[in-house]
Amino acid sequence: MAKLLDKPQVVGTKNVTKIYGKGEVAFTALNDINISIISGESVAILGKSGSGKSTLMHMLALLDSPTKGIVFVGDQDTSKLTNRQIESLRNKSYGFVFQQFFLNSNDTVLNNVVLPLKIAKVGRKERREKGMKSLKTVELVDKANTKAVNLSGGQKQRVCIARALINNPSIIFADEPTGNLDSHTGKIVEDLLFKLNKEHDITLIIVTHDKDIAARCQRQMHILDGKLIDGDKNI
Amino acid sequence: MNFRDILQTASSNMLRSKVRTLLTIIAIVIGAMTITLTNGIGTGIKTYLNQQIGNLGASNILLVTLTTKAASPTNGPVKYAYNPNVTVSSGGLGKEQLLMNLEDIAKIKSIHNITSVVPAHSLSPDYIQGTGSKYQLTLEQQFGNATSDMVVGSGVNNNSTQNQISIPESYVSVLGYSSNKSIIGKTVTIGVTNPRNIHFNVIATVTGVQQKNLIGESTSFANTTLANNIYHIRTTGIPKTLTNTFLTAYATFPKNLTTNQINKIKSQLTAKGFTGMTIKDEESTLFSVISAIIIVFDIFGIIALLAASFGIINTLFMSVQERTKEIGLMKALGMSPHRIFALFSIEAILIGFWGSLLGVVFAFLIGSSVNAIGKHSFLKAFPGLSLLTFPLNTIVSVIVGIMIIAFLAGALPALRASRKDPIEALRYE
Ligand SMILES: Nc1ncnc2c1ncn2[C@@H]1O[C@H](COP(=O)(O)OP(=O)(O)OP(=O)(O)O)[C@@H](O)[C@H]1O
Ligand SMILES: [Mg+2]
Repeated sequence: MAKLLDKPQVVGTKNVTKIYGKGEVAFTALNDINISIISGESVAILGKSGSGKSTLMHMLALLDSPTKGIVFVGDQDTSKLTNRQIESLRNKSYGFVFQQFFLNSNDTVLNNVVLPLKIAKVGRKERREKGMKSLKTVELVDKANTKAVNLSGGQKQRVCIARALINNPSIIFADEPTGNLDSHTGKIVEDLLFKLNKEHDITLIIVTHDKDIAARCQRQMHILDGKLIDGDKNI
Repeated sequence: MNFRDILQTASSNMLRSKVRTLLTIIAIVIGAMTITLTNGIGTGIKTYLNQQIGNLGASNILLVTLTTKAASPTNGPVKYAYNPNVTVSSGGLGKEQLLMNLEDIAKIKSIHNITSVVPAHSLSPDYIQGTGSKYQLTLEQQFGNATSDMVVGSGVNNNSTQNQISIPESYVSVLGYSSNKSIIGKTVTIGVTNPRNIHFNVIATVTGVQQKNLIGESTSFANTTLANNIYHIRTTGIPKTLTNTFLTAYATFPKNLTTNQINKIKSQLTAKGFTGMTIKDEESTLFSVISAIIIVFDIFGIIALLAASFGIINTLFMSVQERTKEIGLMKALGMSPHRIFALFSIEAILIGFWGSLLGVVFAFLIGSSVNAIGKHSFLKAFPGLSLLTFPLNTIVSVIVGIMIIAFLAGALPALRASRKDPIEALRYE
């Protein structure tokens, strides 16, 4: 794995602390986290429920900002970026896959997949083309015009992956992507994610409880009560 | 999202819970309809009165009367002082209307910018007769240029030395003529009795047949020559104080005067104890009464719209709440807060647009049927009156106004949506 050292950092944190609430009810969800994630890496974030995994992922994905410390994109301090630049990063460079799918159930599969393009003001024709291409990757072309509500759980998660893929992201953030799926469909989604990591060199950051998935990742970060106890070095 | 996508998304969001949207829209429809209808009636009546008042006379004439110092409940009785030059006529409603004399006419004439003063004689002829029987006649002197619409012929000419008269349409057949056209240029006989009970026949030529209208429906008009001849007969041999007395006089001023100059004339008239009113003044008094009534009705419409605004606020708050996850997702995927705001604002504006459009359409349908039915029944006496008139600018301003109200109502929920934290939304179950 030494070759990873030659590659640049895609995201990183320096002394990141997140405190929810103030005064007596203040709760430290993340405590002085220092990590650096390298381009093309696959990282599993592990830990007990409530330990702060999702919180850390939200920090890295620029969905939330730390109470103290710095979050980096490449070598850029993100607190120096404008809201618009951050929105654009999330829109164009990041892909998201969540445990609860987050699809607009009354909309068609294709419309769900092209939502990031719609937000980016991409024209209809290009949206359709890219959407179909993305659906092809997750093998759901035949469901393009089906309403999302009529899909199975595994299909829904594959739609989310197709949506995450549509902008050719450099990183995919997946928060318990198989948490709501049975082991068989979970495996399909898992394979898909690792295939993207290998074939498209997309950095993969997965929050998971699944030992199998964790083992397939190049690095495992263990969090306990907001502290990183293992996996902070990418050796 | 570009504008088209936002519009489309807002539209489909609006249609997502159809019943709720429909109920919200109904309140707007009622408000929009009420306001459109009341304004429609206002415009209809004003347009009609404008035409009718236009028929009354030229705009450069002041109707001058002596200012009444009547006993009113607040002033108490007025002390009587003998004035041999003043004659009093009972003006009805307990008011004593003072009569003007030639001296007064001279006073009016002396005012700057008044070019001529013509006393309005009370003509009171006995009858009019064509080729058949005699009929009662209400005859007034025509002042200025005749502006009454003529069905055929033209108005009387005040510069003519000929006795001229124009008559309402309803007189044509009783005067013995089969068509409006056939009476033009023919002579009629007007019976006048002098104070010594001697009867005279005055012959006058019919110059035109007036269109039936609200104000001058049964009044015929005489030119100056005819009026003077009749007045001469009516006043020969009666005491001096009773001749040359008039209720009103018509003072003419140049057509190009500014409002300020007209007001100056009026204040000078007031200073000399007269009251001067232009046709416009009388019109505006009438219009302000109509406007006041319409404002009262508009208030009902505005109350309906106020209720509708709360409907919009409520609907949008519910919709924002229901779509918490969706909003969070869109934000997570990089949609900016001001576009989220636009998305919900436009949904509110769309509700306002469809509601007001439906309201206007309903008002239009009601208006057209009322006009159509009224023409043959309750509005028969007012030919040419469209009770409800909807000018495009009223319709557009109702719709735009309601869209603005809807936008304002939607602003609060839209702001809440735009401020939603994506994390909170993603954690939301
Ligand atoms: N908005 C908030 N206010 C207060 N506390 C919060 C807030 N959000 C999260 N927390 C707390 O922060 C801690 C970490 O939450 P987080 O969601 O990161 O846990 P997690 O490791 O992802 O757990 P799980 O495996 O159950 O998803 C939890 O104890 C949670 O209660
Ligand atoms: Mg979590």
